[in-house]
Amino acid sequence: MRPWGKIVLAAGAVMAPGAVLADVIQGGTRQPTNWTAIIMFAVFVVATLFITKWAASQTKSAADFYTAGGGITGFQNGLAIAGDYMSAASFLGISAAVMISGFDGLIYSIGFLVGWPILTFLLAEKLRNLGKFTFADVAAFRFAQTPVRLFAASGTLVVVAFYLIAQMVGAGSLIELLFGLDYWIAVVIVGALMMVYVLFGGMTATTWVQIIKACLLLGGASFMSFMVLWRYGFSPEAMFADAVRIKSELAAGGAEITPEDTAAGQSIMGPGSFIRDPISAISFGMALMFGTAGLPHILMRFFTVPSAREARKSVMWATTWIGYFYLLTFIIGFGAITLVLTNPGFLDSEGGLIGGNNMAAVHLAQAVGGNIFLGFISAVAFATILAVVAGLTLSGASAVGHDLYSTVIKKGEADSGAVLRVSRVTTLALGVLAVVLGIAFQNMNIAFMVSMAFAVAASANFPVLFMSVLWKDCTTWGAVSGGFVGLISSVALTVLSPSVWVDTLGNPAGSAPFPYTSPALFSMTAAFLTIWIVSRLDNGQRARIDRAGFPAQQVRSETGIGAAEASSH
Amino acid sequence: MDHDIVSRIEADPNYQALRSRRSGFGWMLTIAMLVVYYGFVLLVAFQKDLLATPIGAGVTTWGMPLGFGVIVFTILITAIYVRRANSEFDDLNDKIRREVLK
Repeated sequence: MRPWGKIVLAAGAVMAPGAVLADVIQGGTRQPTNWTAIIMFAVFVVATLFITKWAASQTKSAADFYTAGGGITGFQNGLAIAGDYMSAASFLGISAAVMISGFDGLIYSIGFLVGWPILTFLLAEKLRNLGKFTFADVAAFRFAQTPVRLFAASGTLVVVAFYLIAQMVGAGSLIELLFGLDYWIAVVIVGALMMVYVLFGGMTATTWVQIIKACLLLGGASFMSFMVLWRYGFSPEAMFADAVRIKSELAAGGAEITPEDTAAGQSIMGPGSFIRDPISAISFGMALMFGTAGLPHILMRFFTVPSAREARKSVMWATTWIGYFYLLTFIIGFGAITLVLTNPGFLDSEGGLIGGNNMAAVHLAQAVGGNIFLGFISAVAFATILAVVAGLTLSGASAVGHDLYSTVIKKGEADSGAVLRVSRVTTLALGVLAVVLGIAFQNMNIAFMVSMAFAVAASANFPVLFMSVLWKDCTTWGAVSGGFVGLISSVALTVLSPSVWVDTLGNPAGSAPFPYTSPALFSMTAAFLTIWIVSRLDNGQRARIDRAGFPAQQVRSETGIGAAEASSH
Repeated sequence: MDHDIVSRIEADPNYQALRSRRSGFGWMLTIAMLVVYYGFVLLVAFQKDLLATPIGAGVTTWGMPLGFGVIVFTILITAIYVRRANSEFDDLNDKIRREVLK
């Protein structure tokens, strides 16, 4: 009769293949309607709608819609980027992972952070100098527009689709849990509000919603961490010792504490089962590290600042806030061990957390700040999902409006008003699609979707961006063929991996043709090799134009000369 | 941008200095980040016991300062790059702009 058994089992489910845990929240039991949370969320919605009204008056051209006219400062943009990255799922999921297995949660969050410096050192400034609205502007700078744009739009839409579905399903489940609203009502509210922000306020509204949410989330998480540390006289050792003691007691399940129980308690202080084979570890690490530099909704943010200098400052701030945030989630996870797992008020009859493990941070909010603070954290979690889906939708809309309609169909001759209309229609279509798919996928195991988005971003978007900017001999056909190889192989290998083959499609355990957690090691290598080989073999007339265009591209990417005109209209 | 300006900038010693210094510095820091991160991942994969060993008499293990060290390192290395870019690289860039656009 060890209640701990159930939690450990759940930990296995969270940390196992895919370890893709965190970014998707599913399951759990519905809570009674939480009016404090609903009122606080309503305040947030009213405030953001006023901002949207103001933003709408600023949004006149396509440039305003896609990039807020390039008028965001580096500090503001850094907060917005951090906001895009700190999803509700990473807040609740990582703190739950820390509560369950301690140190392993830290390993996971480090993976999400380490891509930022590389993006800063090699690409951030060049992106700003070369691009206008989308990352395709950069990738296609010296290449034939149509094929590269078609690839970039495919890469963008695939990433956006998977990320968006994961967020919508997470939104429905989470809001059902926190607010006690029906799943479908939650999904429709998220879809409708997101469409209002993007349709009317474009990038200006999306950025400010993201900034406000980032401040609320960082503020709330800081308060919780402060309250936890305060209980231990700000001594991490005291907090860890208490957590180890509690884990040992839980392992003993009320009986005498045996040496095995003590070892089980101490195990949260070191690596557990998160990394099993080194190939999965490296492959998954690559997907997180380089996927960050290939996520279209993050890359798009580099075009909202006026200069390369501000772009650089944005990543500096984003890295700082995200690093700080992961520090907080770690403390919150340990706080949940000592204050939530020990409080019968938060546990169900079998000793598990009421509402499931992802509720760790939410219960802790109640433990340290009472009902009002519980309502606040719940409202912030809802706001977080809303802000992230708005950014994703905007990025999908810009791929269709700018890359496909304006550049491929109209060959760059479309007027700004028509582009804006196409983008708004796309926003509506994506919003409706997101709601429909969010409801359709409600009961499916979609834990793979966020890791799939990262794998595609790392294997398709990143190699093309990287090689087109940094390798002088890269050609149109090299970039396009390598990009599609990365796109198709990363999707195919994910489907063949245990997290989809076994967990979602229901094939027997151990039968997955591709045994590793993430395809990135293989699909990224395939993409880079294809770009290299095809470019080397490519000697057509277009290839000569592509190579001849490199010096001009390099001068502009390094100095920004010629870029000012592009961002000012 | 016309061909003439491109070749003029390419011939500018300031541009050559900017390009080689920035890319050398950027790659050096990139490699440092990769070594630190994958070093940590490999420690987790192969030296679990080392990371799980308590530092002193208490429960805090070597893994904790190492893990937090990677987070702090990530922020610091970004700050180091931004600091040098904000001063040295931006100064060079301003010189190039003045030279070309005068």
